[in-house]
Amino acid sequence: MRLEKCWFCSSTVYPGHGMQFVRNDAKIFRFCRSKCHKNFKMKRNPRKVKWTKAYRRLHGKDMTQDSTFEFERKRNRPERYDRSLAENTLKAIKKIDKVRVDREARHHALRMKGKKGKEQKEATKELEQSIHMVKAPAALQQEPSFNLPKIKVKVSQQQVEENRAMEE
Amino acid sequence: MVQYNFKKITVVPTGKDFIDIILSRTQRQTPTVVHKGYAINRLRQFYMRKVKYTQQNFHEKLSTIIDEFPRLDGIHPFYGDLLHVLYNKDHYKLALGQINTARNLIGKIAKDYVKLLKYGDSLYRCKSLKVAALGRMCTVIKRVGPSLAYLEQIRQHMARLPSIDPNTRTILICGYPNVGKSSFINKITRADVEVQPYAFTTKSLFVGHTDYKYLRYQVIDTPGILDRPFEDRNIIEMCSITALAHLRAAVLFFLDISGSCGYSIAQQAALFHSIKSLFMNKPLIIVCNKTDLQPLDGLSEEDMKLVMEMKAEAMKTVIGQGGEPTNDFGVLLTMSTLTEEGLIAVKNAACERLLNQRVELKMKSKKINDCLNRFHVAIPKPRDQKERPPCIPQAVLEAKSKEATEKEKRKLERDLEDENGGAGVYSASLKKHYILAHDEWKEDIMPEILDGHNVYDFIDPDILQRLEELEREEGLRLEKEADDDDFEMDGKELTPEEQEALAEIRKKKSLLIQQHRIKKSTAESRPTVPRKFDKDKKFTSERMGRQLSALGLDPTMAVNRVHSRSVSKRGRKRERSLAREGENSGDVMDVDQPSKKLRLRSRSTSRPPGEVVPGEGFRDSAQKVKALKLSRTSVKMRNKDARRGEADRVIPTLKPKHLFSGKRGIGKTSRR
Repeated sequence: MRLEKCWFCSSTVYPGHGMQFVRNDAKIFRFCRSKCHKNFKMKRNPRKVKWTKAYRRLHGKDMTQDSTFEFERKRNRPERYDRSLAENTLKAIKKIDKVRVDREARHHALRMKGKKGKEQKEATKELEQSIHMVKAPAALQQEPSFNLPKIKVKVSQQQVEENRAMEE
Repeated sequence: MVQYNFKKITVVPTGKDFIDIILSRTQRQTPTVVHKGYAINRLRQFYMRKVKYTQQNFHEKLSTIIDEFPRLDGIHPFYGDLLHVLYNKDHYKLALGQINTARNLIGKIAKDYVKLLKYGDSLYRCKSLKVAALGRMCTVIKRVGPSLAYLEQIRQHMARLPSIDPNTRTILICGYPNVGKSSFINKITRADVEVQPYAFTTKSLFVGHTDYKYLRYQVIDTPGILDRPFEDRNIIEMCSITALAHLRAAVLFFLDISGSCGYSIAQQAALFHSIKSLFMNKPLIIVCNKTDLQPLDGLSEEDMKLVMEMKAEAMKTVIGQGGEPTNDFGVLLTMSTLTEEGLIAVKNAACERLLNQRVELKMKSKKINDCLNRFHVAIPKPRDQKERPPCIPQAVLEAKSKEATEKEKRKLERDLEDENGGAGVYSASLKKHYILAHDEWKEDIMPEILDGHNVYDFIDPDILQRLEELEREEGLRLEKEADDDDFEMDGKELTPEEQEALAEIRKKKSLLIQQHRIKKSTAESRPTVPRKFDKDKKFTSERMGRQLSALGLDPTMAVNRVHSRSVSKRGRKRERSLAREGENSGDVMDVDQPSKKLRLRSRSTSRPPGEVVPGEGFRDSAQKVKALKLSRTSVKMRNKDARRGEADRVIPTLKPKHLFSGKRGIGKTSRR
């Protein structure tokens, strides 16, 4: 029993799932679900379809080259069974997984690094430009900060700051 | 070879069918149109042609029948006798003879009528002659009908006879009913003969094929024979007798020494002696079957004596062949078809004996001399007296002797399976013979899949080493990360209040967009209530006040203005000013209300609502007030709530039956 990779989206196909298509030149295409199969029949290129791993790798969204990928390789020659080797392999798989996941997270963080600064700049600009929607210019003159105006409700001639009520 | 073409005889039609076939063919294949006015020659020819054509067809078909059915004298005597036993030679010959005479008769009829037709003088006469001719031919066939039916039955049965080649190597199995002949043939060949506990289960001959020393042997299973005088035998027994008589084969006489067939050994021995004349010149083997129920050594003395007598008879055939009289190995054998013990030995013995006999005969016959000079066995001439036996290494000899003893002791997987409950219960452990570094690893179960990976893809003898390297790399990288962990934060973060304001702004923007979308989509399709009159939206002054204060402005002035401009206020204001004027006409303060006084002078006073003007025609103010009230009811302002009323269109039934069913008088119903 083997876990295969879907030809279109590169997700793992577990036993009992998906479909296989064998072309006349004996090339086997495996699909994880009918979504991928139908996309394939429409002759779509997975490298252009945004949600597939092929696209993400090609456009640098996911990690491409790493030493953790070299541990997993399809070996055609079976090895003689060795209990110690089997134990070590099982433990190693877990560790390799952890390392790989960490590295991918790092890659993602690196990719997203410049985002925060940009976001903040945008936010300040928007606030500056659109403050008139929540604060009347008169109030802005009196209180030149970019905060919401304090509501003054005339209750027995006292100025009371009230919590903002939700309008609509 | 005729004997193999029994399956290829054409179907013999019944009398009626025969006539129908021929007549319809005549009608189709000869011209059909003829008129009174034709020349007389033409008429005569027309009808002569029909008569001749019919006769020819009959002749053809009957000839094929006669030719295809085999002549009993012209085929192998085995088949001849078999057919005689099954169908009665005389009856068969008679039927074929009748067909022959029918053929001749039809020929004669045709000849006569053609002669008569030559002198027919009118259409009518020629036609009646033709009708008579054809009628007579058909009557002939009708008379022969039963023979045709009989021949058809024979043909069907012949097609199903087993294809026995009388000249090849054959082994014949005979004996009493129920001794185990059919079980034997089932075991050594692929024939699937029915085996049942009642006698005469096998009712005809059955053929199977088996191999021995690269040659193919026919094995023929016969029905059981009872010990009766020759004349009393029925057809089924006669089949086996025929086979015994005519086929040159090795004979296996089956003996049931347990007596479970229902006949004692004495009876079986009696049968043997009565048919031993048929065993002339045939290698005979006596097979004692069912030894699992009764071993040969456990027989009583008398039975043993009978068996020995039979064996003596069998020995005679061996001697007759010129074989060694001391070799009694292949004459009396025991076996059991149930446990398959001794089965192969019997088959081998029979095949061997038959082969030897055939080879000897061939050697003696004249034909072999032509072949003998074609092959030559080369024997090297000895150049000295030294003995040169074949060289077999000592190790091989030892191994061979060990094997011979070991073979009986070795436990097969099959025996293991039988011990542990048979085929369905026990499943062999395939891992028993694995070659591993430690034997206790043999039963280990290794997972193939772990966490979405195939474990077999990761197996590597130096995986530990590589893993260590990887971890080292990772450690280094983490250190580097910790060192230059700079934020790159501008510090220009928004304060929480500013963030609140931003959230509000964004909310308002999205609201605007939503409303715009709604407006855009429904503006044309639905009537909208103007905001002023929409009770749900609460377009009130309080709301306005709240919204303004949310923006940070003081709403009091705006709210006051709204209140002052409302209709009710305006009305009341006027009243109050008039009343004031009436009361305080003297005490008016110049400074405060000079304007009012001025106004009073410049404008005319408006009347109060209930005041009666003399010209109008009202009795008193009460009447006028009532009249005004009445007039107001007729001029009621419509409310602008835009709610559905009674007059608004309502479809009581969405799918009235008369519009959606029924056919149209004209036009299509595909659109409704």
